[in-house]
Amino acid sequence: MHSFGYRANALLTFAVTILAFICAIASFSDNFSNQAPSAQIQILNINWFQKQPHGNDEVSLTMNITADLQSLFTWNTKQVFAFVAAEYETSKNTLNQVSLWDAIIPEKEEANFWIQISNKYRFIDQGHNLRGKDFNLTLHWHVMPKTGKMFADKIVMSGYRLPNAYR
Amino acid sequence: MGWIGETVDSIKSIKIRQLLTQAVTLGMIVTSALIIWKAMMCVTGTESPVVVVLSGSMEPAFQRGDILFLRMTKDPIRTGEIVVFKIDGRDIPIVHRVIEVHERKTTGKVDVLTKGDNNDVDDIGLYADGQMWLHRHHIMGRAVGFLPYVGWVTIIMTEKPIIKYLLIGAMGLLVITSKD
Repeated sequence: MHSFGYRANALLTFAVTILAFICAIASFSDNFSNQAPSAQIQILNINWFQKQPHGNDEVSLTMNITADLQSLFTWNTKQVFAFVAAEYETSKNTLNQVSLWDAIIPEKEEANFWIQISNKYRFIDQGHNLRGKDFNLTLHWHVMPKTGKMFADKIVMSGYRLPNAYR
Repeated sequence: MGWIGETVDSIKSIKIRQLLTQAVTLGMIVTSALIIWKAMMCVTGTESPVVVVLSGSMEPAFQRGDILFLRMTKDPIRTGEIVVFKIDGRDIPIVHRVIEVHERKTTGKVDVLTKGDNNDVDDIGLYADGQMWLHRHHIMGRAVGFLPYVGWVTIIMTEKPIIKYLLIGAMGLLVITSKD
């Protein structure tokens, strides 16, 4: 019972168990952080709005995105992944969500930002339902921890509308 | 002739009962590991409750060698979720984020488009020929938690199988030669 092998085995098992326990506690502590993020999105311009050769509508727009996500960062946060998605309903689909822009925020200092940008990903419908369409813009965030459970949530901003005719 | 007598003596001295006890103990250890694995499959609702990240397409969040805990519920698939999916005809599961969702009113079926955070383009190039969307049956689970670095053990054992054989051989030897 006192050989090197047994001692090394006991030490290793204990070390791994303690490490797992610490990771679990670090993750659990994330539940106690107060999160109060805020965001605003303004559509500055509809750059163009066309029907593609295959029949699907496509829009290009320029947005002004302001957000303060600093309160999402805890000591166990590795990065926050933020993205903006357009949500709307059509006659065929109850829900369409199209991601327009995303960013990786690695540090708390960079989480209070203002950016003016045209959509990073193409906003293409399944069909040609977008004329005069009301849609929501949601800012989602995904908090990725150094260890443990990931958290995600969103802010929904409604009241946006696409033009009634192609441009 | 003396050494034959010695060999026979040493074979007789192996206590059958002790050997059987060791075999049963080994069997119990293996089956309880299997029970735990199957129980995790039931609790999380997916065939593979834990996966190892193999590529760098989700960096800097997930590096190669991290492990992800998966869960699959009946909740609808929405953008932003990190999902693990398999393409028809390919074995390797891919862990990427959903960037587009179109859910049909009549059937409730979804068309899903995914993209790795660190990739410049979406995953259309990864899907099967002619496939434009993923559907629910391709998706094995959502990532809900993660642990860094732990998956390297699996990666090393898969890429250099000799280490796997060495480890199992050493463990087998330890079990046989341990005196209690």
